[in-house]
Amino acid sequence: MRKLYDRIGAFVLALAMLLAASAAHAGPYEDALVGFTQGSLSDTGDAIDAVVASGNPRAAEVLEALEDARLMYSAQEKKVYIKTKDDKLLDAATGQPVTTPPPDDMDTVVVNNRLRNTIDAAIGGLTLMARDPGRRYDAAQAVFKSHEVSVLPALDKAIAQETNTRVKRALQQARASVVLYSEDASAADKIAAIDVIRERGDQDSLGLLDGLPATATADVRTAAQAASLRIQKELAIWNTVQNAWYGLSLGSVLLLAAIGLAITFGVMGVINMAHGEMVMLGAYVTFVVQQLMRVYNPGLLDYSLVFAIPLAFLVSGSVGVLIERGIIRFLYGRPLETLLATWGLSLILQQAVRSAFGPTNREVSAPSWMSGAFEVGHITITYNRLWIICFALVVFVALIGLLRLTRLGLEMRAVTQNRAMAAAMGIATSRIDALTFGLGSGIAGLAGVALSQIDNVSPNLGQGYIIDSFMVVVFGGVGNLWGTLVGAFSLGIANKFLEPFAGAVLGKIAILVLIILFIQKRPRGLFALKGRAVEA
Amino acid sequence: MMTAFVARSFDRGATAFLIALAVIAVLVPALNLLVPPASPLHLPTYLVALFGKYICYAVLALSIDLIWGYCGILSLGHGAFFALGGYAMGMYLMRQIGTRGVYANPILPDFMVFLNWPELPVYWYGFQHFAYAGLMVVLVPGALAFVFGWFAFRSRVTGVYLSIITQALTFALKLGFFRNNFGFGGNNGLTDFKDILGFNVQAEGTRNALFAISVVALMLGFILCRAIVASKFGKVLIAIRDAEARARFLGYRVESYKLFVFTLSACMAGIAGALYVPQVGIINPSEFEPGNSIEAVIWVAVGGRGTLTGAVIGAILVNYAKTFFTSGTVVAYWIFGLATLIAFAGVLLYRRSILLGAAIGLAVAVAGWLLAGPLSHVAATLDSPGIAQLAANWPFLAAGAFAVAALATSWQPLPLGAIFGALLFAFFITPFEVLALAPYWLFALGGLFVAVTLLLPRGIVGTLRYWTAGRRDRTMSLAAASAAAEDGVTAAPRAAE
Repeated sequence: MRKLYDRIGAFVLALAMLLAASAAHAGPYEDALVGFTQGSLSDTGDAIDAVVASGNPRAAEVLEALEDARLMYSAQEKKVYIKTKDDKLLDAATGQPVTTPPPDDMDTVVVNNRLRNTIDAAIGGLTLMARDPGRRYDAAQAVFKSHEVSVLPALDKAIAQETNTRVKRALQQARASVVLYSEDASAADKIAAIDVIRERGDQDSLGLLDGLPATATADVRTAAQAASLRIQKELAIWNTVQNAWYGLSLGSVLLLAAIGLAITFGVMGVINMAHGEMVMLGAYVTFVVQQLMRVYNPGLLDYSLVFAIPLAFLVSGSVGVLIERGIIRFLYGRPLETLLATWGLSLILQQAVRSAFGPTNREVSAPSWMSGAFEVGHITITYNRLWIICFALVVFVALIGLLRLTRLGLEMRAVTQNRAMAAAMGIATSRIDALTFGLGSGIAGLAGVALSQIDNVSPNLGQGYIIDSFMVVVFGGVGNLWGTLVGAFSLGIANKFLEPFAGAVLGKIAILVLIILFIQKRPRGLFALKGRAVEA
Repeated sequence: MMTAFVARSFDRGATAFLIALAVIAVLVPALNLLVPPASPLHLPTYLVALFGKYICYAVLALSIDLIWGYCGILSLGHGAFFALGGYAMGMYLMRQIGTRGVYANPILPDFMVFLNWPELPVYWYGFQHFAYAGLMVVLVPGALAFVFGWFAFRSRVTGVYLSIITQALTFALKLGFFRNNFGFGGNNGLTDFKDILGFNVQAEGTRNALFAISVVALMLGFILCRAIVASKFGKVLIAIRDAEARARFLGYRVESYKLFVFTLSACMAGIAGALYVPQVGIINPSEFEPGNSIEAVIWVAVGGRGTLTGAVIGAILVNYAKTFFTSGTVVAYWIFGLATLIAFAGVLLYRRSILLGAAIGLAVAVAGWLLAGPLSHVAATLDSPGIAQLAANWPFLAAGAFAVAALATSWQPLPLGAIFGALLFAFFITPFEVLALAPYWLFALGGLFVAVTLLLPRGIVGTLRYWTAGRRDRTMSLAAASAAAEDGVTAAPRAAE
């Protein structure tokens, strides 16, 4: 047995040496590597230049290893090795792992500070030339932040070669930052550089302009200060826009969660504490649909939401109808008891889902058309948030349309306005009650589909939204869907504008307190129904 | 005048209740301290602490009953006042730790040292004195309730709106107390207490004393509530509960009445919290959880609102059930026994349709059981052990569905029979094993909410009183009728109600 291992070992060794021998004299890169084995600093410096000049794709790796003192050499074998971060040995020439025992005279290639600067510039220069435009862009950003003077020649070369406009602009900005911080650039060049940096106008540019060394001349400093002020002003505007966007996004989520409640609580006057659980059921329907598609028809996975939306509406809606028929209809006119009974229901539903799907979060993946983001000015807009805002508005419009234009909507409004008269006109009021409640619950299910995209799908999903939703409905005014719309968006935006000053939690508390105070002033909400029926 | 005010409040039931409480206050510590541990009558110390916890909950329930049962204010945030009182006591207990903490800082509690607080925040001053802490236990919840109530009642926020705002209040407080920079220990709250007034909180004697004090506090609270309810003030409260607008038109300042009773109730809740903390040894922000407050309301509903004794009984019953459920087991046979009982009663009432229902239920259960195989396949694709379990417990599910149907059809005999049929099948396939109850507690609690509001709106004590009152009425009207017959006068026909 032992012999066998030895033989295999010898064979592998022979094979590796053969490979190494054939690779050793294959090109300028391999020749350049030999320079690292000389042991003198000047040879190492030459080797760095030669490696860079060779244009080999492994050059960057070698230089990074050199900088981190992970580049090893063996003078006897004239070979260079890279020690990876997890302590594996690679052959620098081939990039293959070394299987033989390392040579006895292996040592680290020594560098000093002067060489280190050379290496930095070389690495920056290398990635600035990378084939992938994304990497070039990242390298330009890195240079912009580090403003290392030694990269300047590489930058100039890269700018000259660059064809991608986005990368080119980033490179020019990087160059401007280097010029601004270089000691031998003229004041005129520096002021021109400040202009370029101001164009960019983000937080990093601001830091760059404010961190100008005291050695700069007076006119450069004043130019920098003026630019910095302008950037600050612009950023403040963008910040407001961003807060408004986040607020809209939060508002749309609140709208989705609250609009069903506006039907059951606002229109019917029924307190449904299990409303959040209807949302949660919708989210779990999304999860189940997606999981089933993953197994039975992966091709449709991207469109699972399209199937989940009607299903979630149906599931939550029918649970709602069941709740209305089974419990709530016995409790009309006893709102406090309704509150307690539906709270009990919410506990049961939560526990049921917990025992069916486990207490942990289930993952609902975003379809490809909903992931990703794009930039508008200095803010990033994610597609899923955008879709959810659209979805919320569509649901809102559809609901308004349903109530305004259809027979069912007409009957719903009639029953909620004057039950006895509606019954006298031949409307089956108890059927309408069940359907209205089912509609409100079904919309909660739709909210669940949307929330599954941005929140954790867990049995507690609904709980987090129930108090907020009630606040929206109470704030907007009971019995008025437009009030819910305005309430949701104004609460969402107010929340996001308070957050930077007070932090997320204190902002939330402040909103709650403000609403409590607001209800003192207008107990019936922003858009109160006027008339004698309101008090009853 | 004061004695008359109090004495008027003792009817026979209240006196018996107070005597029972007094007996408990003596008996429980006696069984723990005087009876040797080997004796079967000995009460272990952990049970004394548990009972003490129940008694504190009972005080909380009493405070809720005072405002909900007698004034119609449904507060879903009373847990906030309870927790605030608890925090005030916890702060005193924290200061008593002194140099015995992990960091041995004589002034700063451990969590402040840990979070690099340079000095004690101003609002912690004075809490090393028991008297000051005791004052704060009452004042802080009282002041919050006063301010909150002043705003809410003045602008006539009533009913459901008030309930939701109170819930938002406790929610906001919870968020605040979770924050580390609030200075109340953040997520972990206050714990690791050493002693109270120089006595070790862990010691048997202290635990028994705390228990006895809690019972005495409950008795005092009960007497106070009875006195208020039986007085003219109490009558106005009931008037406000039943017809707020009318009470206002009669010239009563409704807001002032409500504000007074709400503040008083908050103070009581604070005291309950203060007694609770040394007995359980911890107070943290989860006490502010809105769910806790609503749970406290259901204690009152179970016992019967507007009865005071009912609130106490309800709190103890529900919490006992909670302890039983979260730690106990039950043989699955129980469920079958219950089903038999229901079926027996049903067959007595409606023979044929209930038997037909039973046949349907049996058929559905068998069919579902046969489908369990394919269903468990679906469960595997969904990676959801729960669904596999549901498939295996199909007959119970079917029974539950029939129960919903029964509820939806106002308890028609057909679905009732179907419940029985499904459970009958369940009996045959259920293995003879003990069932851990913990996962079912929330089902039971949720079911309790629904069942009490639908089937027992008066609560236990309320229903009992209703029955006895009905019997008394009947006896009295019988007596009146016979007396009238003796006089030779025919009784006048009763006016329709």
